[in-house]
Amino acid sequence: MSVPHEALDFERPGIFRRIQPRDWAYIALTIAVGVIAFWQYGHMMDRYDTGGLILAVALSAWVGWFWRPWQAFSIIVGALALFGVWLYGDDLARGSTNFWLNYVGSGQAGVMWMSVFLYLSTVAYVTGLFSRSDFPTRVGGAFAWIGAGAGFMALLVRWREIYLTDPTWGYIPVANLYEVFILLAALTTLMYLYYESRTGQRTMGAFVMLVIAASVTFLLWYMFTRDAHIVEPLVPALNSWWMKIHVPTNFVGYGGFAIAAMLGVAYLIKHRLERTRPDAAITQRIPSKEALDSVMYKAIAIGFAFFTIATVLGAMWAAEAWGGYWTWDPKETWSLILWLTYAAWLHMRFTKGWRGPVMAWWAIIGLFVTTFTFLGVNMFLSGLHSYGEL
Amino acid sequence: MSNNDQTAAAGAPPASRPKAARQPRRSRIIVDFMGSMSLAITLLVALAIASVIGTVLVQNEPYIEYLMDYGPFWHEIFAGMGLYQVYSATWFLLVVAFLVISTSFCVYRQTPGLLKDLRRYNTQVKEKSLRAFNSSATAELDQSQDEFLKHAHRVLKAQGFRAREKTHDGHTVIAAMRGRWNRMGYLLTHVGIVVICVGALADGTTLLKINEWLGNLEIETRSVPVSEVPRSAWVPAWNPSFRGSVEIPEGASANVVFLPMREGYFVQELPFRIELEEFRIERFSTGAESSYESDLIIHDPNRDEPLRHTISVNHPLIYNGYAIYQASFADGGTRLDIDAIPLGAEALRELEVPGRVFQEMEVPTPDGDTRIIEFINFRLENVIQLLDEDGVRENRHMGPSFDFRLMDRTGHGLYYRNYQRPALQEGAMYFLSGVRESPADEFHYLFLPADADDSLERFRTYLAMLHNADVRNAIARQVARDDDTVPDEQNQAIATTTAELMGLFARGGYMAVHEEIERRVPPERLDAMRDLMIRILHAGLQGLYMEVLQDEGVVSIQEEEQRFLEDTISAINAISLYQSPFFFHLKDFEHREASGLQIARAPGQSTVYTGSVMLIVGIFLLFYVSYQRLWIMARRREDGTGTHVVMAGTSNRHQVEFEDRFAHLKRWIIDQKPVDANNSGSTHQSNNKND
Repeated sequence: MSVPHEALDFERPGIFRRIQPRDWAYIALTIAVGVIAFWQYGHMMDRYDTGGLILAVALSAWVGWFWRPWQAFSIIVGALALFGVWLYGDDLARGSTNFWLNYVGSGQAGVMWMSVFLYLSTVAYVTGLFSRSDFPTRVGGAFAWIGAGAGFMALLVRWREIYLTDPTWGYIPVANLYEVFILLAALTTLMYLYYESRTGQRTMGAFVMLVIAASVTFLLWYMFTRDAHIVEPLVPALNSWWMKIHVPTNFVGYGGFAIAAMLGVAYLIKHRLERTRPDAAITQRIPSKEALDSVMYKAIAIGFAFFTIATVLGAMWAAEAWGGYWTWDPKETWSLILWLTYAAWLHMRFTKGWRGPVMAWWAIIGLFVTTFTFLGVNMFLSGLHSYGEL
Repeated sequence: MSNNDQTAAAGAPPASRPKAARQPRRSRIIVDFMGSMSLAITLLVALAIASVIGTVLVQNEPYIEYLMDYGPFWHEIFAGMGLYQVYSATWFLLVVAFLVISTSFCVYRQTPGLLKDLRRYNTQVKEKSLRAFNSSATAELDQSQDEFLKHAHRVLKAQGFRAREKTHDGHTVIAAMRGRWNRMGYLLTHVGIVVICVGALADGTTLLKINEWLGNLEIETRSVPVSEVPRSAWVPAWNPSFRGSVEIPEGASANVVFLPMREGYFVQELPFRIELEEFRIERFSTGAESSYESDLIIHDPNRDEPLRHTISVNHPLIYNGYAIYQASFADGGTRLDIDAIPLGAEALRELEVPGRVFQEMEVPTPDGDTRIIEFINFRLENVIQLLDEDGVRENRHMGPSFDFRLMDRTGHGLYYRNYQRPALQEGAMYFLSGVRESPADEFHYLFLPADADDSLERFRTYLAMLHNADVRNAIARQVARDDDTVPDEQNQAIATTTAELMGLFARGGYMAVHEEIERRVPPERLDAMRDLMIRILHAGLQGLYMEVLQDEGVVSIQEEEQRFLEDTISAINAISLYQSPFFFHLKDFEHREASGLQIARAPGQSTVYTGSVMLIVGIFLLFYVSYQRLWIMARRREDGTGTHVVMAGTSNRHQVEFEDRFAHLKRWIIDQKPVDANNSGSTHQSNNKND
């Protein structure tokens, strides 16, 4: 029975041995991109921007190692964005004269492709829920990847477009509702794809993609009714490097909460179907309650962690811009309410060991609080965060 | 906030948990209650609800507005409950204080057990309790006990466990744990919250409120100059924490800030004087503001020479612990040189009005009455965005404007906004004046047509002549005479009517004309007569216009002249609704701005940031470090042929993942086989799958 230890695989290889050649290649590439970016634009960056660049490189390298699909994804998206930027040159007008930019590679075209593929992905996933075959959900997954890629490409190209519109305007495209909705849709899709790849539960997409499709619908409505895609200069209050980290961090939070809420919906449906129609095909297709609960927890955990960081960053920014780290501005207050909502959820789970429908309902209600914090405050309440007005 | 996740997650508690004493001491009951999860959740909910109230009910408005919105009954109740300043209301602070105390008790109660968890490996476990764990396995191995234990230690070490071993009466227990930092996560999050709240309390208004309660301070509710505020509302400079604001006009200085408090304010002294040299608004090419900047000079008796510094939004000045922010801007009392142009017979004789923003003055009207003009605001630039036919945005620079209110002796009147320069509107130039009943309404605009020199000269001439009865009569006679369709014997009658209609129109616009027609004409003939009358009126107005043009030396009437007449008629018609005897035309101005500074002293800020960092680090430790405990019990079999092994484990998070992990550990330690010969990567992947 005794086996030589060499044959067992319990020895954890050292951290460097676990990084495979392709990881090294990817890390080298991200560092190279960072160095080139600094060499090209270093003269326009202050020390905070430089710190942000280093952080972005480190983060991308780490995510690439932690979740390998990110490597190919980021390379393709980056290459497409660079191609678009290269096609633009110094002339914004090429956006409408160049074939590629006009139909695929510009910020605006990218958003349209993102919308199309995220809608298609939603349809495919929902089809997959009612189908015995795995094929539709695999197609849904592929479309979701393309949609997220188009979204990130659109943001990167738009970044350049803002500078081309007027060199004095330049800012990262996370400054208005239009831009953050692109970020929300693409980022939430990517987060979902991570959970799908880790758990293999493809039918979760039928629920999660619904909320993403809803956000895309809002984005399109907002774009067409308000001409939101037209680049405008930044209001002075937003002209700060804090925005670069505060806003994306926030949307990791919102994305996590949105995914958790939709899995809560799946959980409740599964819970009901198990009682009413335990043998139906649809009941079998929805992932197990344990699996849903587990991913729901993970989505809330990552959302909560990042939302906490975002709120603290927001407080630090507020201290610099408005003269107080906490002034009970409606947005701040609703952030606190949202934070308390999920803090209570986590306490119930950790200390009382709560699981089941109540927690699922809580996660769903949490999404309403999230939505109000994100949009409702700007729509119904006045305050200092008024730049996102509807 | 009891933290019994250990027991909640595991199937059975570790044997060493102290049993509750039969008769708990009273202090223990208080500790248990204050640190209980139910109380904490109740307080969290209370805090959330209070916060919602604070966002739904707009905070810190003037009390008079609340009184108008909610009526005296509810106003009393709301004010009494402190709902207008929820976040500084005593009851709200009490909820926060209770939450802090509850969290502190929770930490106090949990820390000993937590430290014990970290230090004690608990090698005293019984086989029975190990078997009761959710994740548990037993096996009979042929291996000798020593050989097995050696192997187990190797696996545990390689898998990152710290282990202790103890042998007593024939059996050996290995107790191992991993991810101890997870337990620190609990401490860091909860202590972090307490630290944040303590820091925030230090920066709040508590000290002021206590002094107010002690009678040392009394709020000022009147808007009076600083010099008239009684000393009882003055806060001395040593006050360690405050946040207030002050508006300083260009060229002026201030050594106080105003701290808003309920329906009034305190005056906070500063140990230095801030002078505003200049305030600037930088703009993008679109006209949108790109930056607000103030050039400040700090005069401090402790400095040899004054400190010059420019602040802007997002770039405050931190001076000796006082943070000075660019918060707002306003007019600082711009001087306005204004011509009051009478909208009547005296239209050509303007009255010079030397005004200043925020001042009031009396203006005598041509009819011997008096109006009071109050200058409210001045704006140097007005940019409006328009979409042209192609959907391309166009920015139109409208130039300077000033806002004022014109009142009669009883204080009633409308609000106006006049632009200095004529603006292009559908191909022609107009002087614009907006009028509205209250600042909450939209403006309705009066369009006065500008002539070729961009002046009001022609319009004023026309208006003055229209108001002159002699001119009207002369014009009317001429028009009637020139009209070939009118029989000569009716000339006189037509001329009289024309003059009358013109007079009516001058005084009251079409409205007055229509009323007169309706008064005179029987209903059945009204439609026919109205058309005729309006035609007669227009002929008169046209005739008058010809006269004006003739005086100017214009001989032929082009399209633009015709349009000018139509605009003039529209404008005169609108004057009756405009409700001002004058058009106030801005000739010149001397711009003076004021910068709104927010000045804060927040000694608790670094404490709050420290607490925030603790909180964030703690959250990541809690979520992403998994605290796992493992026990392995090995006993030589009775017959001496091998080893009896019991293995059990528990984790406080991720039960699903832990079961996988336990299966792996069991396979390595007990089965002594590889988990997956083909894919050695899967083992460390499972370790990474924590989020």
